[in-house]
Amino acid sequence: MRRIPLTAWIGLAIIALNLAALLFGPLLAPFGEEDILGGPFDPATALNWFGLDQNGRDMLSRLLFGAQMSIGVSLAASLLSFSVGLPLGFLAALRGGWVDTVLSRLVDTIMCVPVLISALVVLQALGSSLPVLIVTIALLDSTRVFRLARILGQGINVMEYAEAARLRGEGAWWLIRKEILPNAAAPLIAEFGMRFCFTFLFVAGLSFLGLGIQPPYADWGGMVKDNQQGILYGLYAPLYPAAAIALLTIGVNLVVDWLLAGRTRPQGEGR
Amino acid sequence: MSDILTIRGLRVEAPDGTVLVHGIDLDLKTGEVLGLIGESGAGKSTIGLAAMGWGRGGCRIAGGTVAIGAQTVTGERSAGRAKLRGARIAYVAQSAAAAFNPALTIGRQVLEGPKHHRSMGKAEARAWMLELFRALDLPDPEHFGDRYPHQVSGGQLQRAMVAMAMSCRPDILVLDEPTTALDVTTQIEVLALLRRLIQRYGTAALYITHDLAVVAQIADRIQVLRHGKPVELGPTEQVLAAPREDYTRRLVGERQASLAGEPRRHEGGAELLAVDGISAAYHKVPVLSDVSLSLRRGETLAVVGESGSGKSTLARVITGLLPPTAGSVRLDGQALPASYTARKRDLLRRIQLVYQLPDVALNPRQTVGEAIGRPLGFYFGLKGREQKQEVARLLGLIGLDPDFAGRLPGALSGGQKQRVCIARALAAKPDLVICDEVTSALDPLVAEEILRLLRRLQDELGVAYLFITHDLGVVRRLADRTAVMQRGRVVEQGPTEEIFTPPFHDYTGRLLASVPELRRDWLDQILAARATA
Repeated sequence: MRRIPLTAWIGLAIIALNLAALLFGPLLAPFGEEDILGGPFDPATALNWFGLDQNGRDMLSRLLFGAQMSIGVSLAASLLSFSVGLPLGFLAALRGGWVDTVLSRLVDTIMCVPVLISALVVLQALGSSLPVLIVTIALLDSTRVFRLARILGQGINVMEYAEAARLRGEGAWWLIRKEILPNAAAPLIAEFGMRFCFTFLFVAGLSFLGLGIQPPYADWGGMVKDNQQGILYGLYAPLYPAAAIALLTIGVNLVVDWLLAGRTRPQGEGR
Repeated sequence: MSDILTIRGLRVEAPDGTVLVHGIDLDLKTGEVLGLIGESGAGKSTIGLAAMGWGRGGCRIAGGTVAIGAQTVTGERSAGRAKLRGARIAYVAQSAAAAFNPALTIGRQVLEGPKHHRSMGKAEARAWMLELFRALDLPDPEHFGDRYPHQVSGGQLQRAMVAMAMSCRPDILVLDEPTTALDVTTQIEVLALLRRLIQRYGTAALYITHDLAVVAQIADRIQVLRHGKPVELGPTEQVLAAPREDYTRRLVGERQASLAGEPRRHEGGAELLAVDGISAAYHKVPVLSDVSLSLRRGETLAVVGESGSGKSTLARVITGLLPPTAGSVRLDGQALPASYTARKRDLLRRIQLVYQLPDVALNPRQTVGEAIGRPLGFYFGLKGREQKQEVARLLGLIGLDPDFAGRLPGALSGGQKQRVCIARALAAKPDLVICDEVTSALDPLVAEEILRLLRRLQDELGVAYLFITHDLGVVRRLADRTAVMQRGRVVEQGPTEEIFTPPFHDYTGRLLASVPELRRDWLDQILAARATA
């Protein structure tokens, strides 16, 4: 096994920290999610390490509770978008012809409306419940996964080893699972890391508009919004959830970089 | 004459510390041509680039000195080295198509050197370019420079690259396999022009190639290399006629064998494959017209021709990858559906294909065992232990240890990969194996082994080969019968011996005459013969 570089260790540590918050957040939190302990934006004390938020709730506790919502929703949405986008993208690449045309034009149609607007419409119409939120984000995101999977699949499908498998008489399932997927893994992992972070920010953005995770549940994006007026008074309050988002984004990207090191080749190398 | 290029104790390392080239000493006199010969990985190109003070892909010159005339290249920093490149020492790459910028005219790219180095005025540079174009026999030299790279042929583009290298009147040319990517008939022209050019302007040259017969025509001395170390250095006549080292003897021996060749004779059984009046087209551009072939069980039919003759397209039609526009293909008298998607699994099994490039023919994420085992499971339902045993048996058949089954293709050499591809084809127990240029991407000694393996397997298994190649040496050693293709048509077809004994068909004769021979005076004779004809 090759040596794990320092940056990857940092990334892994950050992810482990967030994973712990995701799994055990509510247990670790010193106070309840909705407990009001003092005045708005009270400064940090020995009990309330990060101080209180705009409603006088403990910032640290809300961050820990929020981990579940924010990370959970993003992870679920990213996984769902990949499980929809990947097979369809590979299938479009493999089959070509009308399958490709129909799927691709459908995706183009969805993509030509800005994601935020599509999401706003759907969430307004169907109400902003958690499952609706996750599925909406996932489906909108899967268009991008589809495009990537399709182009990767097309590139691999013309390789001679894929041709050999087709000439052997292999079906689509084998081709996707054994010939295309393993060879598309590197860029897909990178895309997953990025999609996860984007989804995270997207959820935060929706929360910011009041369409994401609804109060009183804590989520990091919503917490940035709720505490934003603190910035005007030179308070740290909104920086904590913002830092949590940034930290996780950096952590995921550090790990993705490490996973990709040595697995990717610049295009045209070894001509 | 004085030494124009002096290399002493050259050592080049890859970024991970691997030593690519070690302990190389070279001297090149003004006007002299030194051939660098070796198989892939011998460090030929690395030395050629190091002579310009350059390491490709992060490689660095870790030791030794390179001097051009009185100037030490290795003593210069990168700006100083850049001043030498193009001006005093210039490079000609193997693939002209990849070396030219497709968005700029050829003339502009040829004039780039003089402009950059400010070595001559605009008018002078242009006059010199036209002189070079004329010396290189390029068509319409006045306007050749106005064309874009895609508007000229491969041979012309290769010559244009030579003109580009000569544009600053360098003292030294580094020629890195300049004719390898060309067809044999084109190769002669480029070779002859190169030689004339070097003689006329007294340019010294490092001529890098893996083909001894090519270097014999142009080099004064030959340096044989292996694994980045020098093997043997001597005058061309001596290295070819009386090689001192064992490795050189093997190289020369292989080249001679490939030219002599001993014909094959299989009785052949019933007709296995019948190609009947096939025409095919890519996007309405006709590639094959009215091609008919016949192949009997257990024999080898070679299809030869230059690039663009349609021989690979023929393979695609037979395998069903490209449905023909007319004609039919029959296997054992049974008509094959035009597209492979309409063929039954057992029909697919009976025709297997081995590709030219083993690197892309094997899935880099599947182990050798998986690659060979899949057809066994897919066609015969072999699983678990049975499959493993059969894989081991097949590996034995192609001369690899059973523990290769656990390796990924990345851990294999080119020759080993091609063996695995052959084993994968054989795993299907086919009646017909189509070999599409299977030895072209391999080093001569490795290619020789693969050919021997293919012959042995045919004797043991009685499989029939359709052998597609441009290498006439391969044909003579392997094929019972031969079909010669030119521009999508079969121009001649018959037993290999007959095809290769005079009187020749017009085109066959030209192809045969174009294969370089291992004599110094071969090119002169060819040129003289052409002049009289």
